[in-house]
Amino acid sequence: MAFALETAPHPEQLKRVAIDPLSRVEGHGKVTLLLDDDNRVQQVRLHIVEFRGFEKFIEGRPYWEVPVMVQRLCGICPVSHHLAAAKAMDQMLGVTLTPTAEKIRRLMHYGQILQSHALHFFHLSSPDLLFGFDADVATRNVVGVIAAQPQTAKKGVLLRKYGQEVIRMTAGKRVHGTGAIPGGVNKSLTAEERAALLAEIYQIVAWSREAVHLIKGLFEQHLEQFNAFGRFSAHTLGLVRADGAMDLYHGGLRARSSSGSTLFDHFDTGRYWEVISEDVKSWSYMKFPFFKSLGNSAAGWYRVGPLTRVTQCDFIPTPLADRERQDFLAFDGGSAAGATLGYHWARMIEMLHAAEAIKDLLHDDDIVGTELMATGRRQERGVGVIEAPRGTLIHHYRVDENDQVIRANLIVSTTHNNQAMNEAIRVVALQYLDGKELTEGLLNHIEVAIRAFDPCLSCATHALGQMPLEVELLGADGAALDRVTRDMRGVCRRDAVPASLP
Amino acid sequence: MSEPTFTLDGREIPFAAGQSVMQAALAAGVFVPHLCYHPEFRPHGSCKLCTMKINGRHATSCTTPAAAGLEVESDTPEIQDKRRTLLQMLLVEGNHFCPSCEKSGECKLQALGYELGVLTPHFNLLYPDRPVDASHPDVLLDFNRCILCELCVRASAEVDKKSVFALAGRGIRKHLIVNAESGKLGDTDFALTDKAAQVCPVGVILPKKCGFCVPIGQRRFDAAPISQHVDEFKPVAIPGERA
Repeated sequence: MAFALETAPHPEQLKRVAIDPLSRVEGHGKVTLLLDDDNRVQQVRLHIVEFRGFEKFIEGRPYWEVPVMVQRLCGICPVSHHLAAAKAMDQMLGVTLTPTAEKIRRLMHYGQILQSHALHFFHLSSPDLLFGFDADVATRNVVGVIAAQPQTAKKGVLLRKYGQEVIRMTAGKRVHGTGAIPGGVNKSLTAEERAALLAEIYQIVAWSREAVHLIKGLFEQHLEQFNAFGRFSAHTLGLVRADGAMDLYHGGLRARSSSGSTLFDHFDTGRYWEVISEDVKSWSYMKFPFFKSLGNSAAGWYRVGPLTRVTQCDFIPTPLADRERQDFLAFDGGSAAGATLGYHWARMIEMLHAAEAIKDLLHDDDIVGTELMATGRRQERGVGVIEAPRGTLIHHYRVDENDQVIRANLIVSTTHNNQAMNEAIRVVALQYLDGKELTEGLLNHIEVAIRAFDPCLSCATHALGQMPLEVELLGADGAALDRVTRDMRGVCRRDAVPASLP
Repeated sequence: MSEPTFTLDGREIPFAAGQSVMQAALAAGVFVPHLCYHPEFRPHGSCKLCTMKINGRHATSCTTPAAAGLEVESDTPEIQDKRRTLLQMLLVEGNHFCPSCEKSGECKLQALGYELGVLTPHFNLLYPDRPVDASHPDVLLDFNRCILCELCVRASAEVDKKSVFALAGRGIRKHLIVNAESGKLGDTDFALTDKAAQVCPVGVILPKKCGFCVPIGQRRFDAAPISQHVDEFKPVAIPGERA
């Protein structure tokens, strides 16, 4: 498939259908479909229409402010940006964290994985999976889930709440806290906080396991549909621990080709730019990353996130999640591990892993330790890489001798998945929409494919000053009166106004 | 012989000779909103937040001497509304981004915003262009947050005897400057231990490399609103009555 439906040869002759805004995703985006007179799909694009500017406006700010400032990219997974920035600044300071600092940060991160995965599965995606992709739109939402399956909905809400409590106790607030600071953390857990979290963690582990079985049951129930839906093959990228285990907080980069061969393994995250580059396209504010060794974004695009992590790692270092991983990989001869909807199953396995990891950390006395900060030998730059709920997240900063940030580059999870999401919706468009009269239910199939990736479209559009831009002035009758375009080099061009106009 | 008194919102407030209305109120445990006042420095009267209605006329209470029989109104809807307007103007004149400011939870401007119910921007933001000065090895100057209270100017001149800071310009263009040919703090003899480094009520003068070290929940105004910190603002003897 790849780029076959990216650009139609004669778009001016085609009908345009827009899904705008995309619902039940984080941030704002839209999908456009171009159809011919027989409703055959000719072009499908996922557009990201916001831009934010974080990379630009943190220039000149002091480095210790960055972990708190950049987390404002997102209200769903701010902890991931907070920790990735703090890790980058640790490296810039030449610091090795104290055991207490690293474990408190891990606790914060697993709390984030737990709450974000619960939110995505129960609140945003379960209506499609439980009721059907083209079920009545009036009930295909979280309120419908609460009415039809109140116990399931309640557990989803409480799982998320627990994850948020872990974040609050480690970062100071449920959203946009300040716990991680360059060189360590500003607090550990008190005995009371530890006891409060321990009191509920066994229930949280049990509910997380039930959630894995819920999505597994749905796969068994809709085997053919779930396996085939939006299916495509892709190269993959993710972090793994030195022994090959899943590690969502720290590790080396592992990349595999779509055929399963290893492209690179345990690659030093501090030199990520040697293996990853980014491409820009005129129709989206989101960049298109690719593996440098494969030449360009057309050949080297890849996917990240739960499905990649669960299938790429050699094992999960918590027993219940690892058992579920093995079930997942063996299911129907391995079919779910390559399915787009397999993302949901993998996501629930990770949620179980996060719950188990929280339980283990709560039994570790280091989390109430008092050695919070470390010092080291200062460097010019720092790179922080973490596995955010949606996939690999890269923060890269250069800091001058006055402690000011002079350059920043962020490659966020959803950006890594840009081409993969476009691929998925093109496959779905051909599978379900091609040649048909479009209905709301059919169009929702496109959104179901996007939701599988749990994209955060706000996070993905953080750049400013680099993206192409097109501004069009339309008359009351819809005719183009004027158009200004800016290309990738920042050069602006105005198209000629039609001669018939004054 | 009993102490002389004046009435503040109907309450009898005793005062000592030489005290201002504001000092007497604070000494009696009545909180008075303020930004440019500091108990260790002579009153300045520039922020106007301590404005009260004294015998029917608006006046800054920090510069009005207490006198027997004064009728003073402070906690009234009219006065509080004027204070809110002053805060709203201060908040749009600079670049006050509390979410990423390391002084959040310790900042008097923010604390007064919460105290008086100023929770959202009211006037159009001016977004002034004020680059930070990071030239000093130990101290960062973030001019974006300056409210022109002159506490650093006074502390540097009167206590540190260095005169590192001054205000330049007029009206809306008034701004804080550094007394060096380059205009950079790194080219002065300013030190982190200077009094001027300790008195900024907002987030302009900051020690480097230790932002956000105090966890949320343990910051100065997390546990109690600024109005309950009145003991910290009670008048003290000004060393040598600096003149």
